[in-house]
Amino acid sequence: MELTGAQILLESLKREGVELIFGYPGGAVIEIYDALFHSDLRHILVRHEQGAAHAADGYARASGKTGVCLVTSGPGATNAVTGIATANSDSIPMVVLTGQVATHLIGNDAFQEVDTVGITRPCTKHNYIVKDIKTLAYTIREAFYLARSGRPGPVLVDLPKNVMAARHEFTWPETVGEMRSYNPTQEPNLKQLRLAVRRAILPAKRPLILSGGGVIRADACAELAEIAMQYQIPVVSTMMGLGSFPGNHPLWLGMLGMHGTVAANKAALEADTIIAVGTRFADRVTGKLSAFDRDSGTIVHIDIDPTSIKKNVNVKYPIVADCRKAVLKLREELAAAAGEQNWSEEHKDWLDTLETYKKDFPLSYAKNGEIKPQQVIEAISAIAGGDDTIITTEVGQHQMWTSQFYCFTRPRTLLSSGGLGTMGYGLPAAMGAQLARPDKKVVCIAGDGSIQMNSQEFATIVANRLPVKVVIINNGYLGMVRQWQELFFKRNYSYTNMEAQPDFVKLADAYGAEGYRVSEASELEPVLKKALFSPNPAIVDVRVAREENVYPMVPVGAALDNMIVL
Amino acid sequence: MRHLLSVLVYNEPGVLSRVVGLFSGRGFNITSLNVAPILDLDANKTAPATKGKAQLIKEANVSLITITTSGDAQIMEQIIKQLHKLIPVIKVMNFEGIDTVQREMMLLKVNAFGDRREEILRIADIFRCKVVDVGLTDITLEVTGDYEKVEAIIGLYKKFGIKDLARAGTMAMRRSMQREGDRTR
Repeated sequence: MELTGAQILLESLKREGVELIFGYPGGAVIEIYDALFHSDLRHILVRHEQGAAHAADGYARASGKTGVCLVTSGPGATNAVTGIATANSDSIPMVVLTGQVATHLIGNDAFQEVDTVGITRPCTKHNYIVKDIKTLAYTIREAFYLARSGRPGPVLVDLPKNVMAARHEFTWPETVGEMRSYNPTQEPNLKQLRLAVRRAILPAKRPLILSGGGVIRADACAELAEIAMQYQIPVVSTMMGLGSFPGNHPLWLGMLGMHGTVAANKAALEADTIIAVGTRFADRVTGKLSAFDRDSGTIVHIDIDPTSIKKNVNVKYPIVADCRKAVLKLREELAAAAGEQNWSEEHKDWLDTLETYKKDFPLSYAKNGEIKPQQVIEAISAIAGGDDTIITTEVGQHQMWTSQFYCFTRPRTLLSSGGLGTMGYGLPAAMGAQLARPDKKVVCIAGDGSIQMNSQEFATIVANRLPVKVVIINNGYLGMVRQWQELFFKRNYSYTNMEAQPDFVKLADAYGAEGYRVSEASELEPVLKKALFSPNPAIVDVRVAREENVYPMVPVGAALDNMIVL
Repeated sequence: MRHLLSVLVYNEPGVLSRVVGLFSGRGFNITSLNVAPILDLDANKTAPATKGKAQLIKEANVSLITITTSGDAQIMEQIIKQLHKLIPVIKVMNFEGIDTVQREMMLLKVNAFGDRREEILRIADIFRCKVVDVGLTDITLEVTGDYEKVEAIIGLYKKFGIKDLARAGTMAMRRSMQREGDRTR
């Protein structure tokens, strides 16, 4: 049967298992919207295309499925770019469908025309423009395959208006077929893995597991944790890896990097063998490279992306593979090569040293009469924390406090823009997460600056009766920049004061959500309890100490053990 | 240090842009660039039943992009890995450490007044350049050779005054006979 391009597109999405898309209509996608109205695909009408992209991203992170968003040409596509780049930095599987002007108008500076494929080339895993309806179904198939295989990422498909209106026979390709130019290595090189096990991991006196976001993406958390526990290897993680290892386990040292714990950062520098899984050693993680990249320690690096390996640090045992497959094999090889050692005895000195660091330098803050931001995070963790809560954050101080003071115990419970650091991510991502996991409590922890970047999505949240909760850590500053200005720019608070802000309680009311304000420490717990357990969307505006800093802090370019501690 | 890479790609719209954009976006350097469609000689080596897009788009074929670039070993490793990561890139050939035949081509128009014509032609003869055009006051030469030869010829003709110059990037091919002790064999 002949279908229109729009119908072929929607049929292809269904074949890919898509149930829900986030989108915003426009001239170039009107054919698609016409078909969508008669389709059983669920569509969430966002209020801004950036929101659509972040929501699809949040949906993907929370569910492990591929997120999908649909936007129109020109400004629709450019608005989505920040969301696409965010997903690209954090390796999130996402398919972005953009409308485009009709093929005969391309290049004519037509109304709402931009070179979407050109603009998004550097911030997608791959992108396409479908100029021939014959290739449409296959392109969608390939786009989904690329988005979720290998190192996942956003794939964009640009859809000219006339191709969506054209008619063609629909045939769904059963397989993607062999792609000569794309064939990610899945299985680890066993020889290399055995060498790493026998020469580096088992003989190590001071081993350390560094767990990155790739562990969560590849669903390798439980298996990696099993290795840690079996062989008594302490664990640190990047921010993207939070939740991959239980934050309440004795082997857990905390997040490492710029705002990592003292124990985690010292461990990373003192370890004789680091087993790094699913991480790319970003600058925020390693600190000064020459200090991290030392000769005394051996790094075993498992990652699906060959470009991540040896990009920043020297690696003795590079293992390119799917993290899950590699960790499973690693577990096997360890079991085969290890004797009957008592591993807590073997690593006793190391574990004792780390325990001392944990005791001597715990995460802490000075309590006084004011509400401290860290205290708010601890309260959220105590009141609503647990397996059934998903936290999203915006970007800035509150994000770091969340990473430090919230106890993440399960994967996919922290959704945060790590690589790109996108303010405005948290609220739409929370919306996406809530739609992916209606059974979970979704809390967006935001700053007063960030929340204003995509606050229009409150309308979408209320319209769809999503019980998303937002806790605003309100200090009236762009706090992270203010902190840098305080520490490195002689307290010259250049344009970081944001006291002029909407009344967030009234804003909640205006959108039809519940609004609360907390100005006294004594109100904090009761109000959070009320708001976080409400069946409705809610905003809690917490007025916190204005000039609190995030500590520990490793200044940019300094070694990890060069920490400013409280 | 100068390095030479040949990149076999699917000849689809925007593919050159992806390759070049990768270099500029990541701060790598391109000294010269050479692109043309070639025969897909590897096609038979892979599984015959390729049901990929190649079958859907009839004109799908391959191009060879040859890039001269510079960088230390770590940068070269990144460049090669990043090129591999591009979806339409089929193969990256690194000519580091192997014996190659390398050729560049150049058209050079040099000032040639009266008694200087003789010397210009003699140099052309020594370097086996071809005279492809002659004017009243200039001579146009076609030069092929490796990078060093082309550089040497430019150096020689500079004193006569070069009026016009067009130069293609380097092409390279692995030599059939590699020298003894070659680590890549």
